[in-house]
Amino acid sequence: MKISRKEVEHVADLARLNLTEQEIELFTDQLNSILEYFAKLQEIDTANVEPTAHAVQLYNVLREDQVTGSMESEKVFANAPWAEEGYFRVPKIV
Amino acid sequence: MKVINSSIAELHKMLVNKEISCTELTREFLKQIDKNEPKVKAFLTVTEETALNKAAEIDKKIAGGGEIGLLEGIPVALKDNICTEGIRTTCASRMLENFIPPYDATVAQKLADAGTVLLGKLNMDEFAMGSTTENSAFYPTLNPWDATRVPGGSSGGSAAAVAAREAAFTLGTDTGGSIRQPSAFCGVVGVKPTYGAVSRYGVVAFASSLDQVGPVTKTVSDNAIVLSTIAGHDPKDSTSVPFVKEDYTQYLENNVKGLKIGIPREFFGKDLNSEVRKVINDALKILEELGAEIEECTMPHIDYAMPAYYIISPAECSSNLARFDGVSYGFRAEADETVEMFKQTRALGFGPEVKRRIMLGTYALSSGYYDAYYLKAQKIRTLVKKDFDEALAKYDVLISPTTPTIAYKLGEKTDLLSLYLGDVYTIPINLAGLPAISVPAGFVNGMPVGMQIIAKHFAEGLLYRVAYTYEQNTAHHKEVPALLKGGE
Repeated sequence: MKISRKEVEHVADLARLNLTEQEIELFTDQLNSILEYFAKLQEIDTANVEPTAHAVQLYNVLREDQVTGSMESEKVFANAPWAEEGYFRVPKIV
Repeated sequence: MKVINSSIAELHKMLVNKEISCTELTREFLKQIDKNEPKVKAFLTVTEETALNKAAEIDKKIAGGGEIGLLEGIPVALKDNICTEGIRTTCASRMLENFIPPYDATVAQKLADAGTVLLGKLNMDEFAMGSTTENSAFYPTLNPWDATRVPGGSSGGSAAAVAAREAAFTLGTDTGGSIRQPSAFCGVVGVKPTYGAVSRYGVVAFASSLDQVGPVTKTVSDNAIVLSTIAGHDPKDSTSVPFVKEDYTQYLENNVKGLKIGIPREFFGKDLNSEVRKVINDALKILEELGAEIEECTMPHIDYAMPAYYIISPAECSSNLARFDGVSYGFRAEADETVEMFKQTRALGFGPEVKRRIMLGTYALSSGYYDAYYLKAQKIRTLVKKDFDEALAKYDVLISPTTPTIAYKLGEKTDLLSLYLGDVYTIPINLAGLPAISVPAGFVNGMPVGMQIIAKHFAEGLLYRVAYTYEQNTAHHKEVPALLKGGE
């Protein structure tokens, strides 16, 4: 599988990442060489193999539903680039 | 010199016997930082004032006749992806350059509860992506054994700081070798614990199914002490395993008689440097002479671990790093509308390697490619895990070199794949979630070589036993970098 420059631009858009012209070129080259290496995986037949998401699998991790304190809002907003009256502010959306 | 080279147990004894005060001890390490940092650059933040305040508190306790714990008053430093309340935590990224966490990671909390003195935060590859620490957005860390070489990565600062005696011990994180590889390159002891043995709460996520926190120390016994403190179930991390926590120091026994050690031939392939091979073969001979039974074995799917890892880890990274959008914390670029703000924030906030992995991961997870890449990689992961299960059913532990070569020269690795391949012996262990240790095993051209020991899930005790026996019968861990020999 080869990845085209257009696909790189599309993936960058999916990842919400502005890329420069130079980066698009570089990543197209580099992703292609990495994907070429990944082709090695097709050597193995995995039709009857179950996928593993976690090596040490836990199921249904539950806890009692207890009411506890929350972090004070000043602490939550302390790192915000732009906050006002208990809200995070962003530029216009629509 | 004596104090900074002392083990945790020795430092504890000095504090208890009032041979040194905690303030004096802390100042000794701060002095080392002052002296060596221009040549090593392991730290991103030094917290001198809070360290000295904490030390004074402990001195007061000792003066008042209070009993202190084994880690109480011991100076420590943490990799900068471990959140510390009120202390800047950057992940060596512009994105978090001014981020001050409102809470402590569980491991930071546990070390604080144990009374350790925090000296500061350590350099790393940005968001733990890399194996040289050259991907730090701020500056590269240099290897204390040779300033023209890298310390390894991504926990390069954690390993270099211990080698340069700038902290009694440190914590790092390991996703594909990021504790073990720099430990090998810097001649120190590093452990990646079993997945789920140590809480990841408050540790900035890279690849959540692979990341683990672990100790970097001068000796095996120091390592067992620290892991005994930071391990254990944490309800705040849903992947944390509810297991019976142990005191790992009980396994520090100088005896490998009758232990079966498997040597997987795939870890000794053509990529292995011949001098490194000789060092590891000599180390195996020593273990054999001490009574271990050594046998070659084979793990047919190991060669597929690398490509599987470079699909799974970028996929998880692209998902985890989606949170850096300039809204609630971290860097924000100015833009007229929100989606453009997201895109520009990420364009300016992330460095090249992080962007590359986000791109790779987004592609592998994108519609039409998911089955060919991500699902395939998860299936390969099953096969790699099975290889380990079978080998570890037959042998108590497996042994390999930690890395195929000694530390690279700065800027040497320009080819991406050749850089990625440097982690070929450590990556499979993360895919299988197993514990592994890297211990100093000798030198090639004056640079340290690490030996990797691998055990079953939650068999850290056995790792420590084998590593301790090797260490007690060799002297490599007593060597110090030339940097430490001048002056004083």
